[in-house]
Order: sequence, then C-alpha cells, then structure tokens
Amino acid sequence: MMKTLVKRGMLLIATLLLVTILAFVAFSIIPGDPTSSILGVEATGEQVAALRAKLGLDLPIWQRYLQWLGGLLTGNLGESYNYAMPVGQLLATCVTHTLTLAGLAFALIVVISLPLGIVAARYEGGVVDRVLTILNQITMSVPNFVAGILLVYLFGLVLHLFQPGAIVTPQAGWGPYLWYMLFPALAVALPRSAMTVKMLRGSILREMGQDYIRTAYSKGNSKTSALWRHVLRNAMIPVVTFLAMTVADIMAGSIVVEQVFGIPGLGKMLVTSIGNRDYPVVQAIVVLIATVVVVCNFAADLLYRVMDPRLRGR
Amino acid sequence: MMLQVEHLKITFPHATGHFEAVKDFSLTVEEGQVIGIVGESGSGKSMTAHAIMGLLERKHIQVSGSIRFQGVELLELTRSQLRAYQGKELSIIFQEPMTSLNPTMKIGVQVEEALRIHTKMNAKERKARALEAMALAGLPNGEALYHQYPHQLSGGMRQRVMIAAALVLRPRLLIADEPTTALDVTIQAQILDTLKEIKRKEGIAILFISHDLGVIRALCHHVVVMQQGEIVEAGPIEQVFHHPQQEYTQRLIASRPTRTKLKAGGSHG
Ligand SMILES: Nc1ncnc2c1ncn2[C@@H]1O[C@H](COP(=O)(O)OP(=O)(O)OP(=O)(O)O)[C@@H](O)[C@H]1O
Ligand SMILES: [Mg+2]
Repeated sequence: MMKTLVKRGMLLIATLLLVTILAFVAFSIIPGDPTSSILGVEATGEQVAALRAKLGLDLPIWQRYLQWLGGLLTGNLGESYNYAMPVGQLLATCVTHTLTLAGLAFALIVVISLPLGIVAARYEGGVVDRVLTILNQITMSVPNFVAGILLVYLFGLVLHLFQPGAIVTPQAGWGPYLWYMLFPALAVALPRSAMTVKMLRGSILREMGQDYIRTAYSKGNSKTSALWRHVLRNAMIPVVTFLAMTVADIMAGSIVVEQVFGIPGLGKMLVTSIGNRDYPVVQAIVVLIATVVVVCNFAADLLYRVMDPRLRGR
Repeated sequence: MMLQVEHLKITFPHATGHFEAVKDFSLTVEEGQVIGIVGESGSGKSMTAHAIMGLLERKHIQVSGSIRFQGVELLELTRSQLRAYQGKELSIIFQEPMTSLNPTMKIGVQVEEALRIHTKMNAKERKARALEAMALAGLPNGEALYHQYPHQLSGGMRQRVMIAAALVLRPRLLIADEPTTALDVTIQAQILDTLKEIKRKEGIAILFISHDLGVIRALCHHVVVMQQGEIVEAGPIEQVFHHPQQEYTQRLIASRPTRTKLKAGGSHG
C-alpha cells in the first residue's frame, strides 16, 4: 500500500510537470504576440524590442520556462501583461468564485444522487424509480448552459429567489455567498446528478444479483440490511471512479455556467486573457484547473483502493 | 420429524408457458440424519435447496406444496418470519465458493454475521464463537484469517469459511449444495472429511447435494435420486448404490470415476 502510494504520488508530480510544460509551450508557439496587444499595431520596432526585453520574451524558451516554473513553485505566478499586477492577486477572486461553484456543484451531485440512486434501486420498478427514470432522461439530455438559463429564468426572474446579474463576494459572508452560488451550482450539478443516479442504481442492482447477496439472505439479512451492509460498498466502487472523472466536467461546466449567471470567475478571465495574449494569466489558469483535476483523480484512486481490498498492494 | 417436504413444485413463469424446475419432490429428514440428493446437472437440486432455505424470490418464482420445519409450514411464513430461521435453524453452503463471500468484507465479519443478526452477543463473544466455528470447519488459524479478505484465500479455504459461517449458530439442518464440485479433487476429499467430522461432533442433520453418488455414499444414510425435477428413486444408500432400480441411477454410478482412475488422472478434477 505504501509503495503504491509513493508510486502514485510520483506519477501525480510527473503529470503536473507535463501539464506545466504543455501549458507553457502551447501558449508560446501559438501565433500572436503579446506586445502587439499591449502596444497596439502602430508600435515601432524599438518599442516592441524594449517591451520584449522587459517581459523577458527575448530569452530562449527553456530559460523562460524554468524561470516561470521556479516562480510557480514558490507561489509567484508572474505578472499580468495587461493588468500590470501580480497574477496571483488578479486571480484570487475569480479562483474563489470558480472553485466554490465547482465544489458546491460536486457536493450537490453527491447529496442529490446517492440517496436517489439508493431509493431507485431499493424500490426498483416502484413509483419513485419510474418517475426518476423519466426525470433522469430529461435532465441528462439538457446541457449545463440550458439548465442555467432555465434556472435564471425560474428562480431569478419568476420566483425572485436571487437577483440575476448581481455579484456577491465572500466578503458578504458565507451564507449569502453560498446562496448566490447555489443556483449556478445546480445548473452544473443537475445533468451530472442524473447520470450518477442512473449509474448508482445500475451498480446496486447488479450487486444485488451477486452470489454473496444470496449468502447474506441465507444468514437472515433483510433486503434493507443486505443493501446497507453488503451491497453499498461494492456498488460505490465504480461510482467513485465515475465521480472522480466528473471533476473535469464540473470544472468545464462551471466555466460555462459562470457566463450564464454573470459570475466573474475563471471562465471570463480565461477568455479575456486569451484574447489579450496575456499568457502568464492563461498559463496560471490552465495549470490550476489541471491541478484540481489531477489531484481529484489521485484522491479517487486512493479512495477506491481503500474501498476495494482486492486493489490494495497493486 | 424435523423437516418434511411434500409435493414441492417450483415454477418459473415464462412468456412462453411455465417452466417447472421441480415437479414433485418429497423428503423427510430426521434430527441428526444425513440425507443425500443426487442427480444430473439441471435436475433441480439447487432449486430444491434454495426453496427449503426460503431463498427463492417470491415475486418471480412460484413455490407450492409444503415445507414443514419442526412443525412450522415455512411456505406460509412472511419474509420476516422466515428470517428468524435463516442462518439460525437452517443454514446452507453453496455450490460457488469463489463468489459466495462478499469481496469487500473481512472474513471474521462474514463468519460471525449470523450471530450479529440473531443474538445479542457482544463483539468479543462473537469473535470467540467465530474462531470456534472456524476451527470446526478446518480453519485452525482463524485468528490470522479473521482480518483477511476473501481474495486472499483459495477456493477450498473460502468454502471452509462458508462452512464456518453456516455453523456459527449451531443450526439444526445444514444444506450442503455441491460444496466440493468447484474444487480440486484433493481439496474435495479433505472437505468431505471435515463434513464427516462435523456430523460426528455436532450431530446436526445434513442435506447433502451432489451429482456424484460415490461422494454421497461416503457421508449419507439415505439418498434421493432426482431427474428433471422429479424423484426417480430413493432409499438407504447401500441399497441404491448396489441395487439401483433405474437405468438413470446406474448411469450416475457408472459415470463416476473410481478412486484409482482419479489418482492416475492427476489431482485436477
Ligand atoms: N432463473 C431461472 N429461470 C429459469 N430457469 C431456471 C432459473 N434458474 C434455474 N433454472 C432451471 O431450473 C432447472 C434446475 O436448476 P438447478 O440449479 O436446481 O439444477 P441443479 O440440479 O442444481 O444442477 P447443477 O448440478 O448444475 O447445479 C435447470 O433446468 C435450470 O436451467
Ligand atoms: Mg446446483
């Protein structure tokens, strides 16, 4: 187990390094020069050369990469070309918005789909199960942004539970802030919850038909105790993997839904910065998102090793 | 009479007419008796065993006739009334040792599960009893196995774990549904010895199912021969073995490899 942990940890670090290289190189070779978006197209040759020197763009790429990576490791993300302020400071609020949104969406997926999946499987073919199946079909086929628009319309414009377009920051206190994030988080979470319910239901029903459940019944377990004591842990193993893979989708979904709700998160910042060729900002965002995804997958890997003894030590 | 099964019939409803897995099965088992059920594959042995244990899903499978255990008609009990018997008075070990244990649950927890369900014993008492049952089932190193998982054990060991779990509450009747069929021949012989030992020490009644009349002969007093869901022959084991009345029974005896053939053919059956 320990050895596996170390091996996985090394792999995690290698993956993250690769991400930094890709992020750096990709934005260094795509056409477009950051100086022209800063100075405008009429800048003279000397002006451009001076700015390139100032931004360090005249150095060879590997040297720039190492400098940037060194900064990254010490928490210095560099300076934004456009806003003339440290990237870390610039991104602080956007990151809070997006990570809160994504985190809340993830929590909602878990809170919504685990009980529903269990109920649907336990009372298979019952009213709840059938209603859920239909709801699932609908929800699964609705993209995030459509769900977002519908939620803005229903809860914002019709029911006035929140004010569309208003921006609430964490300074307003966690209560109002989480309430502000709840509806966009729902938009991100709903389609994914539907998939998770379906997956968990299927997984539970599959396990319910296994031989070891027959053994559980032969010892005097009721259906409910067989479900809780025997089935759930086994049924959750594939679901945990699925949820980990979902993290990437949640990040992507959050960035889209932010636009619908007018939240000034990473999505907006990313789009603006790409337009401006503000590479330090773009690279920082890409590395951040990749890190979240990779670390979540790592955590899931550990978690299902804990859940499935057959995988331990492998 | 401890167990009396009469005119048991098990039907699977199908879109294209019903399928009768068991057509007419009757049997009595007295306290401490060891009865064998023999029959070719698909003759309905497991269905009969599962019906007696109350394991057939009532929603999908029709069971009629009568199964009386200590004077109580099991077929008339509700599911929760039936649970009071399962694992306590009646126990079963299955044909599939590799898949009958929960892969994510420790051996110890699985062996003592019936105690948790049916008694008020505390963890320490349960463990002590579990270790006793494991020793009885031929697992003397119970303490070490207690914290292991099924995948760390061989098929023979897993079946012994199943036996321990089935015996942990000292049931009146143990149903052994082809407990050795899936196992290596040498392991098969060792497990049969263990069951003999259990029969001698505990004096519990055993309903022993096999497609091998020779194996039944090593263990049972009486035998019932099944073919396509029906009993075709029954009687004391020596009588059936030496003077089979049916050609089908003769075939069951003849198809069985003898000990010498087994040895010549190696130990992988
Ligand atoms: N779920 C099911 N639906 C329909 N038919 C079934 C089902 N389960 C079993 N059967 C049929 O019932 C009959 C009896 O099966 P059973 O498992 O009792 O046989 P068996 O005597 O135990 O055989 P084996 O020696 O192979 O274990 C078989 O013909 C089988 O195909
Ligand atoms: Mg069978």
